[in-house]
Amino acid sequence: MSTAELLSTQEYKYGFVTDIESDMIPRGLTEDTIRLIVEKKNEPEWMLEFRLKAFRHWLTMTEPKHWPNITYPDIDYQNIIYYSAPKQKATKASLDEVDPELLRTFEKLGIPLTEQKQLAGVAVDAVFDSVSVATTYKEKLKKHGVIFCSFTEAIKDYSELVKKYLGSVVPTNDNFFAALNSAVFSDGSFCFIPKGVRCPMELSTYFRINNSESGQFERTLIVAEEGSYVSYLEGCTAPKFDRNQLHAAVVELVALDDAQIKYSTVQNWYAGDEQGVGGIYNFVTKRGKCAGKNSKISWTQVETGSAITWKYPSCILQGDNSIGEFYSVALTNHAQQADTGTKMIHLGKNTRSTIISKGIAAGKSNNSYRGLVKVMPKAEGARNYTQCDSMLIGSSCGANTFPYIEVMNDSSSVEHEASTSKISEEQLFYLQQRGISQEDAVSLIINGFCKDVFLQLPMEFAVEATRLLGLKLEGSVG
Amino acid sequence: MLEIRNLHAAIGGNEILKGINLTVRKGEIHAIMGPNGSGKSTLAKVLAGHPQYEVTAGEVIYEGKNLLELSPDERAREGVFMAFQYPIEVPGVSNAQFLRLAYNEKRKHLGEEELDPLEFKDLLKERAKVVDMDASFMTRSVNEGFSGGEKKRNEILQMAVLEPKLAVLDETDSGLDIDALRVVAGGVNQLLTPDNAIIVVTHYQRLLNYIVPDYVHVLAGGRIAREGGKELALELESKGYDWITNPNVAGSANLNAAS
Repeated sequence: MSTAELLSTQEYKYGFVTDIESDMIPRGLTEDTIRLIVEKKNEPEWMLEFRLKAFRHWLTMTEPKHWPNITYPDIDYQNIIYYSAPKQKATKASLDEVDPELLRTFEKLGIPLTEQKQLAGVAVDAVFDSVSVATTYKEKLKKHGVIFCSFTEAIKDYSELVKKYLGSVVPTNDNFFAALNSAVFSDGSFCFIPKGVRCPMELSTYFRINNSESGQFERTLIVAEEGSYVSYLEGCTAPKFDRNQLHAAVVELVALDDAQIKYSTVQNWYAGDEQGVGGIYNFVTKRGKCAGKNSKISWTQVETGSAITWKYPSCILQGDNSIGEFYSVALTNHAQQADTGTKMIHLGKNTRSTIISKGIAAGKSNNSYRGLVKVMPKAEGARNYTQCDSMLIGSSCGANTFPYIEVMNDSSSVEHEASTSKISEEQLFYLQQRGISQEDAVSLIINGFCKDVFLQLPMEFAVEATRLLGLKLEGSVG
Repeated sequence: MLEIRNLHAAIGGNEILKGINLTVRKGEIHAIMGPNGSGKSTLAKVLAGHPQYEVTAGEVIYEGKNLLELSPDERAREGVFMAFQYPIEVPGVSNAQFLRLAYNEKRKHLGEEELDPLEFKDLLKERAKVVDMDASFMTRSVNEGFSGGEKKRNEILQMAVLEPKLAVLDETDSGLDIDALRVVAGGVNQLLTPDNAIIVVTHYQRLLNYIVPDYVHVLAGGRIAREGGKELALELESKGYDWITNPNVAGSANLNAAS
């Protein structure tokens, strides 16, 4: 094969559309839109106030178009449908009452929801466009005191908890997209792990965007009480459309004393075609607060999809001795753009953070790491270690690293290492000389490059991530 | 097994090989010697299919097939192995993982069943004895942080696992101390059978004390300048390459001096 014949398109296997009747509200966004959403969801007055406050603030904000290393045409926020739900019975006594078409959709995505087929060891909340359609293992979890349900149910059934923590990590006025989400979010997942409980199974949410005209604005809130532990997984796919859909989610994590939250994402939203037509705009705010002493929040993300990725899963290390971790693989191909990284804000004494970021750019894509490590005056003895590695495949792509470091005391240490490499012809030749095909060789090198991150993923996710990277890069090196 | 006819090859438009003829039969060991720049490493890389080298004329028939039409990985699966002069590091990929993938590719090619990690571990343990490598090397990343000698031993381990029909050892002796040289050469000797063949590319006679060739070919200026039995290597050692490249000042260089 001749060199540098780049990038045959691997079919995006999740690109199908489910034909289902939807309950949609008209396009556009005004206070009336928000009142309509609240009415549809039958939400209490305090939620309306929360949303309106966010909306009014959003109107005063400008879209962060200039500092990230991404470009895209203006988004017409009045041309988006802010609520789209598959029509189904309002209350579902059991999963068997969920529309079979929806069950089939999720089954096709590898997420069987019916009781006979449910994934062992993983509880799933399945979100389709604007709403959660099913949550598995709810009853089993309840026996352990673990609450895992859709956000809609949480507002209804656990309003005190939601009221206490919603917006406590990502305030409604935090940033443009978080404000938008706070105004219009339609559903999502809520998890609560009570004091001393080690959640007996992995919790996960699977997000599916189906409607070509609607955005997805979901909200996840995870609260881990003193001494508890939870591992949470998130997966995302969307059909292939030739126009862009907006996904603006907010995820808030709260870890109290000695609690641990491990949050893993494999993001495979539709990325657009080779020319960059279509794909998801993924503008997401994810933040965790290590509120208690000795608490730990760990973000692991494998970002392979979306036309544009803009996200910085962060940790606020408030409790003394708390730990924040960020492990990331971001792969971009064709015309994809990613500006992603993390923020580690050290407030408490002896807080520690680790950042391992692996960026892989192929095709004409652009892949930036942007990270902030901020050590406040009272965070004595804080430590950070950051390692940012980029790998370039071909010569038309770009990788950038934007590290911001602010240290405000003398007893802290911050280490930053960065590297950029290319898959060399010699490396490929070496592996090929041992009988390994060129594509397998690329995949092997990439997986080796990402190993430190994949080791952090739960087993099944690691296998999925390995496979996904191979697929995404198929044919990318000639 | 291998028939090279009038092989010409260039890199970046620069012709390095200018008409090589060589026949290798099963069970034979051939040594390719020559001064720096004579084209001996180029010959090894062309046989393995290195993408930077362009074959401008001639042909190479291997086991009845036109070798030059095959991609590097196809050649490898057909049993052509090259031990690299400078083995490449593959960070994050364990030696065992790499070797199993390579081994299973070959099994698939032969229509045999692939080995699972446990089965392969047993096989690897057995083969590692050939070059006296302990288990800790199997979990380390391929060649990463290996000493020069360990890298060369790792090459021979790969050869032991893949059991090539034709092994080309490109300056496998370079950078080895005498003990490591013995281990590596001993490993190669254990792997020679009546059904395979080895081409040893080397600058120095030293290695040929341990891997004794049936034939010695001396390259100069991209051509085979002289051929003979193992005694030719000894003669070269005493007389120096000048004896071949510049007969008037014969005997001026000691081949072992630089080692």
